[in-house]
Amino acid sequence: MKSAITLIAATTVHQAVRRKLVLMAAVACGGFLLLYGLAFAAAMANAHNVINAASRLIQREAASSFMLLGLYAADLLTATIAILAASDTISGEISSGAMQTLASKPVARWQIFLGKWVGFVLLLTALLAVLQGGVMLIAWGFTGYSAPNVASGLGLLWLEMVVLVTITLLWGTRLSTLANGVLSLGLFGLAFLGGWIEQLGAVTQHVRVVQIGIVASLIMPSEALWRRAAFDMRSPLSAAVNFGPFTWASVPSGLMVVYAAAYAALALMLGLRSFATRDL
Amino acid sequence: MTSELAVETHTLRKLYGRKLAVSDCTLAVRRGEAFGLLGPNGAGKSTCVKMLLGLVRPTAGTGQLLGEPLGAVAARRRVGFLPEHFHFQDWLSGTELLHLHGRLLGMESGRLRRRVPELLERVELGRQGRKPIREYSKGMQQRVGLAQALLQEPDIVFLDEPTSGLDPLGRMLVRDLIAEQRQRGATVFLNSHLLGEVEVSCDRVAFVKAGRVLETRDLRAPEAVTVVNVRARSVPRDGWGRMGIQGRRQDDASGSDPAKGGEPPEAWRFELPRPELLPELLRLLVDAGAEVFEYTPRRDSLEETFLRVVGHEGDGQ
Repeated sequence: MKSAITLIAATTVHQAVRRKLVLMAAVACGGFLLLYGLAFAAAMANAHNVINAASRLIQREAASSFMLLGLYAADLLTATIAILAASDTISGEISSGAMQTLASKPVARWQIFLGKWVGFVLLLTALLAVLQGGVMLIAWGFTGYSAPNVASGLGLLWLEMVVLVTITLLWGTRLSTLANGVLSLGLFGLAFLGGWIEQLGAVTQHVRVVQIGIVASLIMPSEALWRRAAFDMRSPLSAAVNFGPFTWASVPSGLMVVYAAAYAALALMLGLRSFATRDL
Repeated sequence: MTSELAVETHTLRKLYGRKLAVSDCTLAVRRGEAFGLLGPNGAGKSTCVKMLLGLVRPTAGTGQLLGEPLGAVAARRRVGFLPEHFHFQDWLSGTELLHLHGRLLGMESGRLRRRVPELLERVELGRQGRKPIREYSKGMQQRVGLAQALLQEPDIVFLDEPTSGLDPLGRMLVRDLIAEQRQRGATVFLNSHLLGEVEVSCDRVAFVKAGRVLETRDLRAPEAVTVVNVRARSVPRDGWGRMGIQGRRQDDASGSDPAKGGEPPEAWRFELPRPELLPELLRLLVDAGAEVFEYTPRRDSLEETFLRVVGHEGDGQ
């Protein structure tokens, strides 16, 4: 029944609006973008003053680095909001008993889970569009710089957000809100650490260390998706010389992206099954 | 062919890990009757109801709800449910909540627009419908929960401790709502540990203890009568045992001669082994020369039956 999924997705969005989740996210985004815009303007002004005679290429490189820095910070903010917002939705309604009245209606459990998933993906897609799109717009507005491969880069960041939301909803079918939040944030932290371990291993040419980092990415591929997105959106000069603050010594492969998509799909299926078979 | 039973279960059993929540829930609830599940706290009543509704999977046993297997979506279209410890989406208003649940039930928007204000009025929340539920008192939440359970005029309504948090007026409202459901032909399944609530509202009751349905009793059947209170003069002192009847004088007999005219009638209590002996006892009294002023058959109270069947709370749990 398609309409039940739509209804639950719409209710999830409605709930986020009524419980001021959207308002608070908008305030956080507004503050972030304002701060970033001011910092970007100041940095570019200084860059312009210092390197007045320097080539436009270097200025563009500075804009690219600053934009990627903004995207990185926005990515961390989006990921945190995604986990915090989704951690309570299933487990909280189970523990409060609200789920009993929903699940006793003529709606299959998988429809409830899928409806909530769709609702959160829609909400976080909007958040991602505002935050990441805002960072890109600021960079473009002040310097005229636009990153290459924006579509694939944003697509990878969207997939990262989908992975995080899906895994958080999956844990929510079996764990309490607090345990779910701790586990999901812990996994996100593991991936973050794993990413840097992989870089360190690549720079120092320690294969074992690189492998440890890859294993961390297999456990939670969120950081790998960010690194791939940053790699895709790096400036042409960084790409040519293979150097810059967001130029990775070890770049996640296309296979890792496919793995992350399969990971999200599997987590979704497991979540549907787990919720359908648990006692309420 | 439609089954005459709204609920039919055979030895439903539920284990949570090693903990046995329900050991044997065997029930047969007729369509159109008000059925009570009575037992002390923690007896497994709510788990029984959840198994019927498909919220909890039975570890063993089988059952049907409205002729469908337990948990079937088709049956849930015709079911209303007020859980015991419920918590609604409190960011919605009462009206919005009923619209959401109505849409989940597949009700058309035109019908919902008529039904929602009507129901809110019925549960005496007419003016509060636009307020967010988080601003409702416990009693108001219980009322909106009741409205939610009756939205689509279900064929069977499960009410789990429906008077929890309600004041006496609210309890009367629940009683009236149960009577209304029965009048329109719906089955009411009432889960409660309040004897009075069940006695007033239900046709039949099942006693549950330690996860097992021990006994079912028909509260409306005349055969439930076993005790007769009699006020009469000149009642013979003995000779009742021959038919298994036990007669005992209740008031103080000292200083009065019951055979003498003008004396106040004596109070007697007779216990009958079979309800068919009711007319026989009256005939015996009259034949023995007793002057009968009052002859009041009395049901064995639900409380007495409850204590007999279930024992005091905590016994054997």
